[in-house]
Amino acid sequence: MAQPSTLFPEQSLDKQRVQDRKRSTVSERARKENRVGYIFLAPWLIGFFVFTVGPMLISLYLSFTNYDLLTSPRWTGLDNYVRMFTRDNRWQAALNVTFIYVFTSVPLRLVFALGVAMALNRAIRGVTIYRAVYYLPSLLGGSVAIALMWRQIFGTDGLVNQVLLVFGIEGRSWVGHPDTALWTLVILGVWQFGSPMIIFLAGLKQIPTELYEASQIDGANRVQQFIRITLPMLTPIIFFNLVMQTISAFQSFTPAFIISGGSGGPANSTLFYTLYLYQQGFGSFRMGYASAMAWILFIIVGGLTAVNFLGARRWVFYGDEGGKR
Amino acid sequence: MIEKHILGRRLITHLLLITGALVMLYPLMWMLSSSFKPQSIIFRDLSLLPSQVTLDNYINGWTGLTVPFSQFFLNSFIIVGVNVFATVMASSITAYAFARLNFRFKSVWFVLMMATLLLPGQVTLIPRYILFHQLGWLNTFFPLTVPAFFGGSAFFVFLNVQFIRGIPKELDEAADVDGANHFQIYWHVIFPLSLPALITTAIFTFIWTWDDFFGPLLYISNVNLYPVSLALRSFSDSSSTTSYGPLFAMSILSLVPIFIIFVLAQRYLVQGISTTGFKG
Repeated sequence: MAQPSTLFPEQSLDKQRVQDRKRSTVSERARKENRVGYIFLAPWLIGFFVFTVGPMLISLYLSFTNYDLLTSPRWTGLDNYVRMFTRDNRWQAALNVTFIYVFTSVPLRLVFALGVAMALNRAIRGVTIYRAVYYLPSLLGGSVAIALMWRQIFGTDGLVNQVLLVFGIEGRSWVGHPDTALWTLVILGVWQFGSPMIIFLAGLKQIPTELYEASQIDGANRVQQFIRITLPMLTPIIFFNLVMQTISAFQSFTPAFIISGGSGGPANSTLFYTLYLYQQGFGSFRMGYASAMAWILFIIVGGLTAVNFLGARRWVFYGDEGGKR
Repeated sequence: MIEKHILGRRLITHLLLITGALVMLYPLMWMLSSSFKPQSIIFRDLSLLPSQVTLDNYINGWTGLTVPFSQFFLNSFIIVGVNVFATVMASSITAYAFARLNFRFKSVWFVLMMATLLLPGQVTLIPRYILFHQLGWLNTFFPLTVPAFFGGSAFFVFLNVQFIRGIPKELDEAADVDGANHFQIYWHVIFPLSLPALITTAIFTFIWTWDDFFGPLLYISNVNLYPVSLALRSFSDSSSTTSYGPLFAMSILSLVPIFIIFVLAQRYLVQGISTTGFKG
């Protein structure tokens, strides 16, 4: 390693500064470090207040108003919230669709991720290639191109129906039918199980092999090993994936927007919460109502995250290394 | 006997994995091969190897909108380039403060920063839009780039904090003894040594910004300023089902930059995901 002292030759010769340093007291140094700390933190701190805290407070205020961007906000109290919960059928539909999407796509995605990760953890040869192939969809999946492809695949004369035709089955437009449109989005979500898979794979490598060896001596079979060793040891990672995937699934927008052409149709069947929020805020310019919707989403996501954390005490197992996350 | 048993098990695992991989990749390969098929056979020819190969889709698609795709790619690269630079610098500077400096309320700020990871973006969406609207920034790249200069995402700050914590503190102390101040220590010691974390930050910023659709949808309505993601959407709106070929061709091209990163920088992607739990 290079001698660090040669990095700053001009300063190392500066005796005056060394003496200054000796004279300066500990508290002076701490004060200086405090100042330097805030200088380094300044960009983030400014951003935090300008782009996060400030907008949060403003949107909370706007949620109690009617605001269309052109005239100034008009205070309406709880009207937006009351309307949402009692009179807005599309909001109910959006909530419904989003819950179905989150509670199906997230668990399925995690199951696939864990299953494939375990298979990859066993098969020694070609792991890097398999890992790459299974990861690719999750890397590309967020793009408009993939959503467009999906719309075509599940369209009237799309790939799925062509394959079905080979078996003599007459398909229909899967994205165009209210019963199936949402499920094409769920499949698209599950198809992108690559990134949780990689997290699981890293977690599986952390489990000490001695545990498996010891249990083998005790006569445990694979299923028992999975239930008694793999799952408990992985619970912190399962928990982490569950929390993060749930939060991001609630905010999913692009696939529903592209596949339904921005409408959330057919018959509101793909009306994701964020899509309806976008329609209200930027289609109808009901910015107060959209802000109220955003706060309800925040409360739902925050509530679910809290439930996840509370529930975690009962099933997440932190080994000797302790709950570092 | 036992070895044969294990061998058989391995073989089955590999067979399952290969089948799964083919199912996963089939849609992508189908789109790729369709983009080279003449319009008339796209929906008839299921095979991945086109019986006739043509570049017409690419030629027609490139100029399919009033503005050629070269402009959309240029716009995307400008937005992405600025974001990558800004996010790398801002997240690294912030991370240095959290990893190496002591200042008042440090842990409070750190917790608040991590809490922003749990905050749905929709909560700040409307006021941000109003802010950019009042600044006269609609139909400019500013709403899509300026926020990155102010810390970027907490994900990247966290990634860099973790990495900087792993750099031996003796290096800082040696530089300190030599009279280097914190800015010099950061710039000459920490910044160069945290290169792997910076590369991971750059790669993920590239991919996320490249894919971003919602931001441009909100702030850009001038076709000349469209990034590729928005251009693809409007291409699909304007084209009827009979012109899926050109749409596929442009979709494939839009994925090429990400695919190149995937091939060249997979190590960083995997590391980034495993250490921070990024979504990909």
